[in-house]
Amino acid sequence: MSGIDDRIARWLETNTFHHSEFWDMQELVRAKKEAGLTISLCIPTLNEETTIGKEIIVFKSELMDRYPLIDEIAVIDSGSTDRTLEIAASYGADTYLSSEILPKHGFRPGKGENLWKAIYQLRGDIICYVDADIKNIHAKFASALVAPLIYRPEIQYVKAFYDRPLALSDDMRPSGGGRVTEILVRPLFSLFFPELTALIQPLSGEYAVRREVLEKLPFPIGYGVETSHLIDLYQLSGLDAFAQTDLDSRVHRNQSTADLGKMSFGILQSFLDRLKTYGMAKDLPELHGLFRQFQAEGRRYEQVTREIFEEERPPMITLPEYRERHGR
Amino acid sequence: MGKRTITAKPREAVLAHRDKLKNLREILFANVVMAGEIPAPTGFERRITRFLSDRFTECGLDNISLDQAGNVAGVLSGKTGGRNLLVAAHVDKIWAETADHTVSVGVGRMSGRGLADNSLGAAVLATLPLILAELEIELDSNLILLGTTRSFGRGNLRGMRFFLENSESEIHSALCLEGIDLGRLSFSSLGMARGEITVEQSSPLDEGSEGGNPSGVVAVLSELVSAMLQINQRESPATRILIGSIEAGSGYSVPPRSGLVRFEIRSLDAGRVARIEREIVALVESFSGRAGISSRIEMIAHRQPGDLGSKHPLVREARETLEALGIESRVEPSVSELASLLEKRIPSLTLGVTRGENRHSPQESIYLDPIFDGLAQLVSVLQFMDTGDFSF
Repeated sequence: MSGIDDRIARWLETNTFHHSEFWDMQELVRAKKEAGLTISLCIPTLNEETTIGKEIIVFKSELMDRYPLIDEIAVIDSGSTDRTLEIAASYGADTYLSSEILPKHGFRPGKGENLWKAIYQLRGDIICYVDADIKNIHAKFASALVAPLIYRPEIQYVKAFYDRPLALSDDMRPSGGGRVTEILVRPLFSLFFPELTALIQPLSGEYAVRREVLEKLPFPIGYGVETSHLIDLYQLSGLDAFAQTDLDSRVHRNQSTADLGKMSFGILQSFLDRLKTYGMAKDLPELHGLFRQFQAEGRRYEQVTREIFEEERPPMITLPEYRERHGR
Repeated sequence: MGKRTITAKPREAVLAHRDKLKNLREILFANVVMAGEIPAPTGFERRITRFLSDRFTECGLDNISLDQAGNVAGVLSGKTGGRNLLVAAHVDKIWAETADHTVSVGVGRMSGRGLADNSLGAAVLATLPLILAELEIELDSNLILLGTTRSFGRGNLRGMRFFLENSESEIHSALCLEGIDLGRLSFSSLGMARGEITVEQSSPLDEGSEGGNPSGVVAVLSELVSAMLQINQRESPATRILIGSIEAGSGYSVPPRSGLVRFEIRSLDAGRVARIEREIVALVESFSGRAGISSRIEMIAHRQPGDLGSKHPLVREARETLEALGIESRVEPSVSELASLLEKRIPSLTLGVTRGENRHSPQESIYLDPIFDGLAQLVSVLQFMDTGDFSF
């Protein structure tokens, strides 16, 4: 194991950043121009009217008007019934309904679907994904993720991680992921892909990726999209293709334990599918998509079932429409 | 008074400014969000002054500095620099550091603690160099942008007072920015005395008898406030005693051992303020004689009344600009930073930037579209100030 420990330690040293390292925005914009890169910011949404306006205003002001780092800001929506799209458009974002992108290929409800369709719709050489539910939004949520890709051509995929305000003591920071990360994903990575445990928050919804990587990845449309990305790229290029940036803190709405259960079920489906794909688990039964939870009312116990099926979209590069639009 | 003949404000020019400033919409709104999400209780404004200082640096202002009172200042040097104009906004908020300062942005409005008082004012200050650049306006005068600290409560305008007492530059005229309300025209300041009355139970309580005990803290607070309201009724409407808060106890059944009343006396007549203050001091002393009760009063802030006069060219300019924008002006005497400026006989106004609602509540809101009217008014008055064609 010491070889893995050493590789993780080296990677943490060379590929883990703090956002303050990229404070010089003028220099970042200069380096981006010199590298001849274009950058798209994609915010996947579903009923995010309370936070979307602020995100657009801050990103547009700081990363387009003041410092021309981002070339386009796009909201890709799964069919919000609130004013998400109206608000986003009113503050200058390009807004798209996921169902209207690549209509021939149909529409699947799920965040992964929006992320996948963004690769077709957006123009950038780098796509930076940022979730729409961040309350303490700041320009660094995008700039500090694209910066390692601008300065280090060998890095392909940059994840965000954050402080979590739990039991701070002396100079030690908690450096933990969320509940699903710590209870499900990190144990699984420890068993099967130990080097990936170096990613402090593998499920973070904020990450920036080069187009040539994104277009080659299959996309689970639901909860498993981030986990499968990490495994696929790791298998393809190893740990050195990744980097991560510390963004200090992220305030967002909390999810219930029942919702985290659904998320874990979807992630586990994708994970087991990857084990099969890479020949790491033999004789797994055919997986069904029925997730069972229970609720109690007095002494009555009721079964609540939900179909969660992690359907996958193929790598975008396999679509003729994509190759034509982007000249690939 | 100046001798310049005031002509009607060219409506087209003001409207053109307003429309052009919409190009800065995202930059201004982002500044409001960022200023709004920084907690800045009175006396703890370091983070928000750092934010302004960073913005001033990005705009290339000269002489960016933090002074001993914590104020942040930057100078946009004028073409000739013969005069110094001041635009100020207080940066402290009434909310505690731990309160949720999240700003939410909807269609046409933003909501969040302290947005109207005074994150919007601070954000306009941060954006003002870009506003002038967008309109290709170069002032002859030096423009000093000042974010002042310690405005509220016990802060007693300490930031502005310190600046005026220690500034090496003579200030020829000044504007104070408040987030709301667009259309307010504040060119006079009220005389004001602000105080706190503390009532304490100095002997052990007789358990169970508090409800009917005429000398209990609650009874004394009640009598005290009634007496103050009677004084208020006796005075003319131009003189007011405002009871801002009454605090005592923490539950349902345990009698409080102490209580606090915060109040202000406001009047255009400084003599009346002083006389009422003496009356209230005597009233408080009279309660101290009661068995088992001690009471004391602490006066924490005073303002002298001041008045630029409704016919002053600066006032007329602001009024005419509002007329050109189709906004009705409303005279509103001030007790904030303007008082310190008028006390120093500096021709000054306080302007509101936009309209809003729920001031000083967690749902404080500002409307976004009228902000551009407010900015057009600010620029127009600033250009007039730059002519220097008036005195106090």
